[in-house]
Amino acid sequence: MSTPMNTPGINDFVIKLANVNGTGSASANGLLMKSIFRMGVPVVGKNVFPSNIQGLPTWYEIRVTGAGYGARSGNVDMMVAMNANTYARDIAELRPGGVLIYDSTWPRQHVLSRTDVTVLGVPLAQMCNAAFKVARSRVLMKNMAYVGAVAALLSIDVEVIRTLVREMFAKKPKLVDLNMQALALGYDYAMEHFECPLPFKVERLDETKNKIMIDGNTAAGLGCVYAGATVGAWYPITPSTSLMDAFKKWCEKFRVDPKTGEHNYCIIQAEDELAAVGMVVGASWNGARAFTPTSGPGISLMSEFIGFAYYAEIPLVLFDVQRVGPSTGMPTRTQQGDVQMCAYASHGDTRHILLFPAHPGECFTMAADAFDLAERYQTPVFVLSDIDIGMNDWMVDELEWDDARQPDRGKVLNAEQIESLEQFHRYKDVDGDGIAYRTLPGTHPKGAYFTRGSGHNADGNYTENEAEYQEVLDRLVRKWRGAADHVPAPIVKKAKGGKARWGILAYGSSDCAVLEACDTLAAEGLHMDYMRIRGFPFSDEVSDFVMAHDHVFVVEQNRDAQLRGLLLLETQIPRAKLLPLLHYSGEPLTSHFVHEHIKDAARQEQSA
Amino acid sequence: MTSFAKPHINLKHAKRNALGLTRHDYEGAMSTLCAGCGHDSVTACMAKAFFELSIEPHRAVKISGIGCSSKTTAYFLSESHGNNTVHGRMPSVATGAAAANAGLTYIGVSGDGDSLSIGMGQFAHAIRRNVNMLYMLENNGVYGLTKGQFSASADIGSKSKKGEVNLSPPIDPVTLALSLGATFVARAFSGDREQLVPLIKAGLKHNGFGLIDVISPCVSFNDHVGSTKSYAHTYKYYHPAVHADYVPMSEEIKTSYAAGEAVPVELHDGGSIVLRKLDEDYDPRDRGAAYAQIAERDAKGEIVTGLLYIDESREDMAAMNKLTSRPLNTFPYDELCPGSDALTALQKGFR
Repeated sequence: MSTPMNTPGINDFVIKLANVNGTGSASANGLLMKSIFRMGVPVVGKNVFPSNIQGLPTWYEIRVTGAGYGARSGNVDMMVAMNANTYARDIAELRPGGVLIYDSTWPRQHVLSRTDVTVLGVPLAQMCNAAFKVARSRVLMKNMAYVGAVAALLSIDVEVIRTLVREMFAKKPKLVDLNMQALALGYDYAMEHFECPLPFKVERLDETKNKIMIDGNTAAGLGCVYAGATVGAWYPITPSTSLMDAFKKWCEKFRVDPKTGEHNYCIIQAEDELAAVGMVVGASWNGARAFTPTSGPGISLMSEFIGFAYYAEIPLVLFDVQRVGPSTGMPTRTQQGDVQMCAYASHGDTRHILLFPAHPGECFTMAADAFDLAERYQTPVFVLSDIDIGMNDWMVDELEWDDARQPDRGKVLNAEQIESLEQFHRYKDVDGDGIAYRTLPGTHPKGAYFTRGSGHNADGNYTENEAEYQEVLDRLVRKWRGAADHVPAPIVKKAKGGKARWGILAYGSSDCAVLEACDTLAAEGLHMDYMRIRGFPFSDEVSDFVMAHDHVFVVEQNRDAQLRGLLLLETQIPRAKLLPLLHYSGEPLTSHFVHEHIKDAARQEQSA
Repeated sequence: MTSFAKPHINLKHAKRNALGLTRHDYEGAMSTLCAGCGHDSVTACMAKAFFELSIEPHRAVKISGIGCSSKTTAYFLSESHGNNTVHGRMPSVATGAAAANAGLTYIGVSGDGDSLSIGMGQFAHAIRRNVNMLYMLENNGVYGLTKGQFSASADIGSKSKKGEVNLSPPIDPVTLALSLGATFVARAFSGDREQLVPLIKAGLKHNGFGLIDVISPCVSFNDHVGSTKSYAHTYKYYHPAVHADYVPMSEEIKTSYAAGEAVPVELHDGGSIVLRKLDEDYDPRDRGAAYAQIAERDAKGEIVTGLLYIDESREDMAAMNKLTSRPLNTFPYDELCPGSDALTALQKGFR
């Protein structure tokens, strides 16, 4: 596969920072990205980190994109190589004509082995050793020093960085001075020794107004607060941990009685995922909005209770921040590998509702949607994000909330309603929509019923009678199908001008790469319609879209074309119509990858 | 097989509790367990305890796992919600339910198979969290529903119905609970209702996690010679050490106990648990002494019963989490959603 060759320009290039995990580089890199964002220039940040606390290589990629694209491009125009162990691969990744910055305290001849890149040495360690006394500072301040050098080379407004430093260390004023000093060291060195700025650089724009930078887990945690969730149970697992951290943070802000200090929320760190989901089952059954964040291994463990909640019809909200499987896999790398597992989790005939947010903004809105759907359909609902969405800071539209929005608590009978009934039938399809009425413990003596995972009839009584068993099971699938038009609808972007023969289907974090690839392909004369799927079960709109095209590429970040498989199982779409386009390296998808594959496929078809 | 409703007969002169309800109002569906099963006696005791405490049936919640004992939640309190969860996971469901609404009375019913093998983790952690619930562990040392395999509570040397001898040491839920910091630990015998009913009442009124390990013989698979959980064996080696009774706030503590014999422990609801020591040197407020006594008796082959340990001072899960006294499931939405202005304000931190 070729490397993309488009040349970098003003507000259009990629900086990659190669660091050693645990050296404090993450905050410096985040600060660098945010300073560009504050100059009004759209950015994309991807943290590619190891499953390790200290010592292994880690990379941070910042794409500066005046055009406002949201994916990785696949280019690297500037490499800040701070990890001697990865010099070789880091320099190899640079686009011809790119710039390599490295710590020249220890000159390395071999880094100069490429003649088609510019190598800029900054004696970072030497400068920091001279300037700072404490050993820890000498290590940490190298980060801020390279930020200074990069700022000079890319003409990033130093005042913007200085403001960010003051904000970041507002509670530790001593660190402000140290960081300012380090910033100046790098900046001054670059100004003195190099021709600044480079031909590609940052120029102020006004494209980040009404935008924020937020990660999906923070947004989802906030969404749970806005949805009125009161019980969260969880077991720590990468990469979902920060979702509960966020929920806790916002609850401490909004849900503590200022007078009494009492909480109107309860967060329980369970002993394992089996218990975490059990707690959510108990709390939801008892009428609280409850949820659990986890990742693929957690869903595997939770599957027994997921089947119980499906069959006993208990609302359940699960966030699966997907990571690379199978098994422990690569815990800090991204994938869309849990789609089929979540669709049919647990033994027996089970089907679930899935939501696919594409960015942190949708993590917020879909968190709220998930509770409405779970309570409306009295069933498990999965919000499937991934590490890329969950843990990277994305530039998204400012979050909005409609104060008129009321939660859909579903069919729950209150004491008066129960009183007026002759008899309560827990699992009877009274309204013909497959959704029965439920009651909460403690409401009314006539509303009591026995919740069980064993075979039951419309009254919830134990049964082994085939007609009674099938009545419940058939209603469950009717109920599930009814959700197809109530999950978030697909979003279609039609090709400009005329009818496109080919289409693309994608979901989740593949969206930005596909959107950009569509633009690039269109510029080359290859026009594609694009549909982004946002929920499962699929609405008819999905089949209609596929049937209206000769071929449709299904872009996914897994090996087994899992969504394509779901489409073939759940719709009448002929197999040959759906062409899998699969990316499963563990790194976030690039627009280049999508573009190249579709271009190749089109070329092959034209020559065939 | 389907479930059978029990005929509901209200006798005219039946005794009524403070709510005007009779014992029949606390019954459930017909038991489908074997005739003579210890569990059915325990079920009757639970119903009686709820009746005597005048707890409205619909304000009680019954949660269970999988196994013979777990089925019994269908056989009492038909007007309360029951949740027959999955194997070994009753504690987590009870924990979540208690978090959502701390205002109801929670009783968990489990067995030795459900609690001490797959469920031991959840059992242990519910104790650590001090979830406000009573945990009934109906202990027969055997897997009844799968026809007679040893459970983790079977004693070394205990013989199965097929003549197999158990070689692995038993897990004792009582000493386990003590070591995990449980705040109410009792052992009883399904054949002794005089002891069990007051214990259940005390356990329901205790603020925090209460465990009652009830030796409850399995008549079909573990009531033969050589079994240490049989009726005959238990009757022979049964040793009540301390008798507990619950006294509501409205009643004065009876003076029938000799001075120095009765130890009242005040409860959060204003009532008391009165402990009558049968063994002079037994103090159920001393965790170390409780261990020692159990071990000493165990060495003699005796089963010490009664309220073996109580600590009413520790915070329960709700208090540890600073939960508001209003049940979480009753909060109106507008008190939970911070609204659009707050959202606009907080997003300044994301620029």
